[in-house]
Amino acid sequence: MEIIYVYTRKRSEFGRPCSFSDRPAKVNVDIAPDPSTAGGFVLRNPVDSSVQHTSDMSEHEVNTERAEVESRGVNHTEGGWPKDVNPQEVEQTIRFRKKVEKDENYVNTITHLGALMEHCVKQNNAIDIYEEYFGEEEMAEVEDEPPSAKTINVVRDPNGTKRTATRLSWHPDTCKKLAVAYSSLEFQQNVDDMSFDSYIWDLENPNKPELVLKPSSPLVSLEYNPKDSHVLVGGCYNGQMAYWDTRKGGLPVEASTVEVSHRDPVYGAIWLQSKTGTECFSASTDGQVLWWDIRKLSEPTETLVLDITRKGLLENALGAVTLEFEPTMPTKFMVGTEQGIVIACNRKAKTPPEKITSTYSGHHGPVYALARNPFYPKIFLTVGDWTARIWSEENKESSIMCTKYHLSYLTDGCWSTVRPSVFFTTRSDGTLDVWDFLFKQNDPSLSLKVCDEPLSSLRLQDNGCVVGCGSKLGTVTLLEISSGLCTLQRNEKTLASAMFERETKREKILEARHRELRLKERARSESQESEVEESPYEVLDRARREFFEVIEAELQRRVQAETQHPHGKVKDPTGEAAAVQGEESQVPKDREEEEEEKDAA
Amino acid sequence: AEVEETLKRIQAHKGVIATIVINAEGIPIRTTLDNSSTVQYAGLLHQLTMKARSTVRDIDPQNDLTFLRIRSKKHEIMVAPDKEYLLIVIQNPCE
Repeated sequence: MEIIYVYTRKRSEFGRPCSFSDRPAKVNVDIAPDPSTAGGFVLRNPVDSSVQHTSDMSEHEVNTERAEVESRGVNHTEGGWPKDVNPQEVEQTIRFRKKVEKDENYVNTITHLGALMEHCVKQNNAIDIYEEYFGEEEMAEVEDEPPSAKTINVVRDPNGTKRTATRLSWHPDTCKKLAVAYSSLEFQQNVDDMSFDSYIWDLENPNKPELVLKPSSPLVSLEYNPKDSHVLVGGCYNGQMAYWDTRKGGLPVEASTVEVSHRDPVYGAIWLQSKTGTECFSASTDGQVLWWDIRKLSEPTETLVLDITRKGLLENALGAVTLEFEPTMPTKFMVGTEQGIVIACNRKAKTPPEKITSTYSGHHGPVYALARNPFYPKIFLTVGDWTARIWSEENKESSIMCTKYHLSYLTDGCWSTVRPSVFFTTRSDGTLDVWDFLFKQNDPSLSLKVCDEPLSSLRLQDNGCVVGCGSKLGTVTLLEISSGLCTLQRNEKTLASAMFERETKREKILEARHRELRLKERARSESQESEVEESPYEVLDRARREFFEVIEAELQRRVQAETQHPHGKVKDPTGEAAAVQGEESQVPKDREEEEEEKDAA
Repeated sequence: AEVEETLKRIQAHKGVIATIVINAEGIPIRTTLDNSSTVQYAGLLHQLTMKARSTVRDIDPQNDLTFLRIRSKKHEIMVAPDKEYLLIVIQNPCE
């Protein structure tokens, strides 16, 4: 290798502390290009070179903070008077005014403005520009617009740890206020700093609650008194009942004593119709229904143990999850239980066992909501497990109508107050469904995803247009339903009642047939005197046999269908035949496997 | 004298509830309403007129506000602005 450039430095100068000094620029090395290497390069003309001239951009995100707005009054005082005039002195002000009026400019201006103003005043008097010309005409037939709903307001839980909005109650008169009960229903998940407060919100101001209710334990249910809109009753997580008067502030006016209250969260609390307007009743998962008079919350006026064996034993009692009461039928009420049974009770029965009139079972899980149809009180809706069912009071064995099984739990439901065949349900995947049973029974007419977390409660305003949904994280969303779903259609009442009657009749007929079949079976088995009890293996065998018989029959039918319509399947007859054969060969294989299993067992 | 006549004529029209004249500082010069209402109208409408005028001029500097009408559920407030004075008339237009 040839040494081309050499740099030298004295060894004694290594490691010396640097002594920096300033000196003018000096060329140290000048390396000239070597023309002999130019041969290794090819000249290229033209050269593609990209140039971009744009301004430099950078991405920023801005999120405005929610402005807290508060309404305040303004005090108007007089001002603007020149320094030498005291506004309180009437004489001085009069003098000042007279002076201004003498000013020539003033006269001209006022004349000019006066003319302008007169023109407008006369204009106003001549024609009313906002007059409704064809107001009296009948509105055109409502077009078939697809049902829709839009969110009009969202109210969030202001606390850090979010709690579930377990119950919503609209103010009885104005419907501009909403009382929401917040609590955490997770088993033993209560965080220490979770606040116990529940709020009354004024919808004009969704940022700050109008009133904070401070119970001694979180509220699970909350209801406005329909007669007196200042009084609310709430059921607490620890089983107590408390009532508030909004005129008296956020602390409960009185709370029931712990010993006589429920032992589990109070899931249902409803006001009763009474002359004094102070009676209410409550239900809880400890199996009791208690009646209270607000004025004396130290002990309940009446109790009922939800024991369907009618013995009144607390051990057998079913836990109540929801309560239903219709003011038009003051002696009857219904309770939905954790076990999936709905119990209809009569308050005025003479003996406690007679209080429970009938039971309706049909849900696989707790009945989360129970509501009577406001137009047909004999029909009621239950919401639980993955379906919503409609029942008629007369059919005790099964529901008359049932929605399909959904993928997520149904958490709450209610009827529409204006249309007899419309009801709402909420699901635990955050969807609100609106069902119109006269129109379509398989699917909801409108299915809206309200939020990502499960929806826990639902309440319709009395006008039937606005519905509030509470979610697991305490967010209450208010939606306005399109007018198609909240205006009564022509003939709807008659059609709905016809539909309900038809379904009721159908169920009755089915029930009768079932009963007959059962009687026949019993009679047959008695006459044969054979063992009615089958051992579990025999039951399993019989089930297997029947199953395979059904499959074989289906296969035969398919083969027959093939042979009868060969021209329809010209394209792939071999494929089909192979598939059929494949199935057939599989079936005997399965059978062999089954036999092996049987031997092993 | 002329001023009196003009104002009286306006007041006499059908539906007119009140007439107020205020100067550039917001002091009511002539009014047919009671003092407290006059002061309220004067203060509020003065500011609103300023805002309206600046809006119009912001959009087009050659433009200027000639008249301002505020129609509410109960009545209509009409404001005729000038450089130094403001004429306010409150009328009930519906028959």
